[in-house]
Amino acid sequence: MATASAEIKVTAEIAAEHGLSAPEYAHVQQILGRDPNITELGIFSVMWSEHCSYKSSKVHLKRLPVRGKLVVQGPGENAGVVDIGDGLVAAFKIESHNHPSFVEPFQGATTGVGGILRDIFTMGARPIAVLDSLRFGPITADKSAPGISPEIIAKNRRILDGVIRGVANYGNSFGVPTIGGEVCFEACYSQNPLVNALALGIAKKEDLFFAKARGIGNPVIYVGAKTGRDGIHGASLLASAEFTEESQQKRPNVQVGDPFVEKLLLEACLEAMTTGAVVAIQDMGAAGLTCSTTEMASRGGTGIEIDLARVPQRETGMTPYEIMLSESQERMLLVAEKGREPEVLQVFKKWGLDAVVVGEVADGGLLRVKDHGVVVAEIPAHPLAEEGPVYQRPIANPPAKKESAADWFVFGPEKKNLTENFKRLLASPAISSKRWITEQYDTMVRTNTLAVPGAADAAVVRIKGTKRALALATDGNGRWCQLSPRLGAMHAVAEAARNVACSGAKPIAATNCLNFGSPEKPEVMWQFSEAIDGLAAACNELETPITGGNVSFYNETLGSSIYPTPVIGILGVIEDATNVLKMAFREDGHVVVLLDGLSVPSDSSAANSSNGSDSHRARQFSSSEYSKTIGGIVAGQPPAIDLAAEKRLQQCMVALAESRSIQSAHDISDGGLAVTLAESCFASAPARKPGDTLGALLKIEVNTPAESAVFGECGARAVISVSQASLNAVLEIAKKHGVSAGQIGGVTANGIFRIELNGSAIIEEPVETLRDIWVHSLERALNES
Amino acid sequence: MKFGVVVFPGSNCDHDAFYAISNVLHQPVEFIWHQSEDLANCDAVILPGGFAHGDYLRTGALARFSPVMKSVKNFAKSGGLVLGICNGFQILLEAGLLPGAVMRNIGLRYICRHVHIRVENTATPFTQAATPGQILKIPIAHNDGNYTAAPQALVELQKNQQIVFRYTSADGKDDVAGNPNGSMENIAGICNRERNVTGLMPHPERAVEFVLDSADGLVIFRSMLESLVSSTKASA
Repeated sequence: MATASAEIKVTAEIAAEHGLSAPEYAHVQQILGRDPNITELGIFSVMWSEHCSYKSSKVHLKRLPVRGKLVVQGPGENAGVVDIGDGLVAAFKIESHNHPSFVEPFQGATTGVGGILRDIFTMGARPIAVLDSLRFGPITADKSAPGISPEIIAKNRRILDGVIRGVANYGNSFGVPTIGGEVCFEACYSQNPLVNALALGIAKKEDLFFAKARGIGNPVIYVGAKTGRDGIHGASLLASAEFTEESQQKRPNVQVGDPFVEKLLLEACLEAMTTGAVVAIQDMGAAGLTCSTTEMASRGGTGIEIDLARVPQRETGMTPYEIMLSESQERMLLVAEKGREPEVLQVFKKWGLDAVVVGEVADGGLLRVKDHGVVVAEIPAHPLAEEGPVYQRPIANPPAKKESAADWFVFGPEKKNLTENFKRLLASPAISSKRWITEQYDTMVRTNTLAVPGAADAAVVRIKGTKRALALATDGNGRWCQLSPRLGAMHAVAEAARNVACSGAKPIAATNCLNFGSPEKPEVMWQFSEAIDGLAAACNELETPITGGNVSFYNETLGSSIYPTPVIGILGVIEDATNVLKMAFREDGHVVVLLDGLSVPSDSSAANSSNGSDSHRARQFSSSEYSKTIGGIVAGQPPAIDLAAEKRLQQCMVALAESRSIQSAHDISDGGLAVTLAESCFASAPARKPGDTLGALLKIEVNTPAESAVFGECGARAVISVSQASLNAVLEIAKKHGVSAGQIGGVTANGIFRIELNGSAIIEEPVETLRDIWVHSLERALNES
Repeated sequence: MKFGVVVFPGSNCDHDAFYAISNVLHQPVEFIWHQSEDLANCDAVILPGGFAHGDYLRTGALARFSPVMKSVKNFAKSGGLVLGICNGFQILLEAGLLPGAVMRNIGLRYICRHVHIRVENTATPFTQAATPGQILKIPIAHNDGNYTAAPQALVELQKNQQIVFRYTSADGKDDVAGNPNGSMENIAGICNRERNVTGLMPHPERAVEFVLDSADGLVIFRSMLESLVSSTKASA
């Protein structure tokens, strides 16, 4: 066995180059009772990497609520699983693929989608939807970040284009609808875009599969694509130059995806599972063969023995080190019942995929790796998987920024230009329609999509064979989390849950993707800890336990971190799929009602107009989309949150959906009431004759600045439209849920969008003019050169 | 009447076509694996959408070599009804069962959205239940739908009334804005001279229920059923 790796003697220096600190290396020696060889060192380094071991986040993640009546599987498996009734379960999870997407946007994004899909069908669930939560640097001049150069803007556009094509490529070819998510733009993401992909699948409860190796002597089978040298140390972020021949080119660490192979793998795995001969299965994602063998053995309380000579390989001369650490895509490891291998192998053969018995489940709890019969690594699996380092990293609350009214948005001077400013807001990449993006995704394959992107606040898919539908939404406002990580995180949960409720679904569970800077910076760990507390508080109050997700640290370039960006995905259930709520206004003459979970709405109460609360209002408004886009100001605090009010509003929305008494629903978020109302007008267009889009007339009577009244982003609010005949019933339901319901206007046939504040029009424009701006701005911005 | 839905490795609208036939049209339907040469006594065969064989080399270029295609060709030759949807249409073009080819969409991007198509010829087994000039709202979802044919082939298509569907604006006007992919003559779907083989880029199986925003695609499957029933009666 003449491999390059076998000749290297491991020293503390080499261990350090692998990212293992001196105490970590000492622990490795203690577990083994000797020095590791280079292959073993590689295995420890990836298993104990931040990405795989959660060593910096573990102590904090413990504070998240993970249990609930409907939770079948919480964090720790390939995906979280919840009971959705009718004997069915939903498996769902969100994961990041941020760094690869910056290095190589197309492949980074595409393998991000591929990885999360495998996590879902590994559980025996057929994927039925994908959502993507994306963050990019500015793609147009950004008033709040004047230092951004045209070159950076051009680069951001290229990254966006590559990521969108990558996401589309994988989902479209694989045959799963990509139906939602968000796209946000902030200067901090210029050098570090975020690509978070969420996948949802369903299975019969009794058909779920887990990744626990069981049954001594059972064969371990490698299936799927061949192993190559791609993606080595992709997860652990380390260079591996010292371990390869000098002549060898440095390999890119970004994995390369093939959705066609993944589609075959999906069909083959689901078919193999029906044979009854599959005992356990896990995908090979980060840390590939290393992670899948170790975790399956550790979870099952067994050992696993494999021989690398049997692993299908794409290249010749790969060392054990390389094979164990490769992150080649579209691979799975499964354990079958002894004697029934042929049944399993036959299925993979039918689908034209490699399937090879590479080893067996063994006694003694060891991960034993051989190469042509010679042992090249032997490590106790459980300590490797479970005894990784855990750190209580230092936390430091950054010094409080001294802010005064001078830093905040000033109400008033722009009052006369509100219509113009509104148009600019609608044209901004943050607010404008994402149609140009979502049309590149197959949103309809599998014929379950009841709400395509932009039709409802959440993505909604029906479950054939039942009356039910599932709703999913993601949210995460990095800007708010930067200003207050705790409050921002609470808002992320509240808004995602509100979106789900506004589609008519009851929120039941959550998944999270926590994107932060370096955990070695005390202020980043403070943000992380605060965000965890915010998530915990909100998920507890809204009864949406977190069933899984991932943590992505080290999102920084040249020493500057991204905004702390926890992205939350919330899953909801609609008992009767015909009760789905959409945002489009339906008919002129319908009454527009503002629902507010706060019994005394802050923006409409004259009692709040004292000087003290004016400055409070300016401080909150300075964190809004309007303040950023129009004023160029990002400061202050996110709006205060009242979780009980959020809950009241959400329960009210679900009750209204079930009562079938309302015509449309849309929550108030980015851009405030004006944007919400406009979007309900715009969404009416596809179902109507060209140019015959519905208008709206809104009359608000408040004693607050106009900007705050129409562009403020306080939570716990939604706009619904109701026929005259149902109005009383709707008001009754709102009252019962402790939600205030104000009749603020009506849907009109004249095609004019008009908002009156205390009797005089502050915004007035034909809907079609506004819609043209909103629909086309993103594409126009991207096509600018 | 029994329908068969061919499953190539990489087909991903096979389940959708199956569901439309079984749950909406209420007819028996069976999957046919691409390596089978047995069409299981089906009365009509559907080649579904997707990315058969990964669409490597060229869309449909590898799929035409799948063993099932030999049987599909024989079936078509003997007058059997064959419908190719999206990738299925691309395969029919590569297999020579329909004339012409598709190129990348003119915008060089994948597009998924509802479009409007006009039924240009109701004298086919795939459109006989439609009214002449009927406008159907049906989604597309493809990278390569830009239909093209040699000038002579295009003349033949027109002369023989083989252009079955054209993209139009929502109110049925011929205009470029209604054509999502740049296809010649706004062509969305064509048939062979014998009328028993039709291919189209839009996905009628995605538009068979109002809950999916349109049920306009159903008229194509209803036409197939009517045609099969009446030909069975005629031969009885």
